[in-house]
Amino acid sequence: MHRIRERIYKVLFTLLAFASLLFLVGITLTLFIEGLPVFKEVGFFDFVLGKSWYPTYEPPDFGILPLILGSLWVTAGAVLFCVPVGVGSALFINELAGKRLKAVLKPIIEILAGIPSIVYGFFGIVVIAPFIQRLLNLPVGLTAFTGSLMLGIMATPTVCSISEDALSFVPRSFREASLAVGANRWQTLTRVVFPASASGISTSIILGMSRAVGETMTVLMVTGGAAVIPHTLFQPVRPMTSTIAAEMGEAVMGSTHYHSLFAIGLILFFITLIFNVIAELVSRRFRKKLGLGR
Amino acid sequence: MFKSKIAITVLAAVLCVGLMISVPTFAAKSLTIKGSTTVLPIAQSCAEAFMDMHSDVNISVQGGGSGVGIASLIDGTCDIADASRPIKDKELVKAKENGVQAYENVVALDGIAVIVHPSNPVDGLSIEQIKKIYTGEISNWNEVGGKNMKITVISRDSASGTFETFNELALDKEKVRADALLQASNQAVAQAVSRTPGAIGYVGLGYLSSSVKGVDVDGVEPTKENVVNGSYNLARKLFMYTNGAPAGVVKAFIDFVLSEKGQELVEKAGYVPLI
Repeated sequence: MHRIRERIYKVLFTLLAFASLLFLVGITLTLFIEGLPVFKEVGFFDFVLGKSWYPTYEPPDFGILPLILGSLWVTAGAVLFCVPVGVGSALFINELAGKRLKAVLKPIIEILAGIPSIVYGFFGIVVIAPFIQRLLNLPVGLTAFTGSLMLGIMATPTVCSISEDALSFVPRSFREASLAVGANRWQTLTRVVFPASASGISTSIILGMSRAVGETMTVLMVTGGAAVIPHTLFQPVRPMTSTIAAEMGEAVMGSTHYHSLFAIGLILFFITLIFNVIAELVSRRFRKKLGLGR
Repeated sequence: MFKSKIAITVLAAVLCVGLMISVPTFAAKSLTIKGSTTVLPIAQSCAEAFMDMHSDVNISVQGGGSGVGIASLIDGTCDIADASRPIKDKELVKAKENGVQAYENVVALDGIAVIVHPSNPVDGLSIEQIKKIYTGEISNWNEVGGKNMKITVISRDSASGTFETFNELALDKEKVRADALLQASNQAVAQAVSRTPGAIGYVGLGYLSSSVKGVDVDGVEPTKENVVNGSYNLARKLFMYTNGAPAGVVKAFIDFVLSEKGQELVEKAGYVPLI
């Protein structure tokens, strides 16, 4: 009797554990089934490298290069912001802050991660966009840069807390050895601690990037939404995510437009997948280097 | 023992979820309305008033866009599809394939107002000028009697009903310049225009507010009177599509929307009543 019960539990929990795999397979399949027809109807290269996005005109244009570049520009801008701030605060928390300061700072940075993205959007529209417009005398404040700034703030907690973990994984002996041979704190930090945790910090940056590239609501609200190939950070762009969010509700089901939105999702999925694989590879190297076989 | 308690709890939770999914919610009569976000405020306020009068009817109102509403009507997941554009031929074909006969009910009128920043001295534009601005032929306000200032063109997402109507009424289906800012809702357009001195945008008449300036189109002021008397050129009909001519509770609801009380709610929502 007992054994049967145990077996039932085992099956039940195995099923639950595999549920996320099921979801992953389901989502991937849906993306492929709904997205692939576009490559047949439009052609893979015309779709990915096409320069104009006019999905509802007669005849329509389904070129998503402006959208891909929009996403990449905004993400690159976000990296420029979140890397110095995130890694910098991680260094401060780990190396300089006392125990009490650390106990206050870390949770505060993590609260940033808990703010809903639509709130970031409001903040961007109402405060940041008009400010940037006046500051730089631009015709309009809804630009790639505005989006970058918001995404940078959003990705900071990811970068900071993973970097901080990486820094704290550096064995105490490394620091002690460095200080013992007469290096000062700055030298220890830049020549020993930083290189030892470099791949962990890289992982944090890549994960921050995949957070930024997949963000939807904020960029929909603050980047303006113009589907042009961007030449500077200070012009409106239309990232892939906001295109899907804005147009899915109105696309005629089963049309090329509808399928092309899924195809954009598919490409986005591959971009974040690549980010995540790179992050995993880099962090594996990092663990090996420190002799942490985890 | 402790382990098995957890397991039983989990099992119970799974069962409960299963039950919730499998048992349909029972209501005397239920009605699902889905579609255009432009028609949403009308559907919402009419549904509330209708449910106050008929306590046995339960109406659920959802947005999603004209396309979503019509698609739901076609696959049978809603009873009334709100649309801010007439049904497309493609959708009619699809409906026929599914054995659905889309029946058109005009429930209100909507004017599209062309808006600029309040500080902009331009008071009126012709449809021809609006077209040239949106297609990129005119890119400075001084070409239409304004200051020497770059025009920032703000449009709705090309899949929205408001865009489609504007595109047909004002642009002859020509392409909006590629660097136009595309916003996802009427409010977002009004918001962006009110914060951008050189901007031009367009919104439903109901979204005109003091934070933006509505310009005359072809010399006609964007007012409700001018939409009803037909002199304002940027106006359109709003629809509620049903499967076949309305009957039963669907008919009761449509009749209510078209009644004096319903049209009052239409006006309150910022649109132009039919009567």
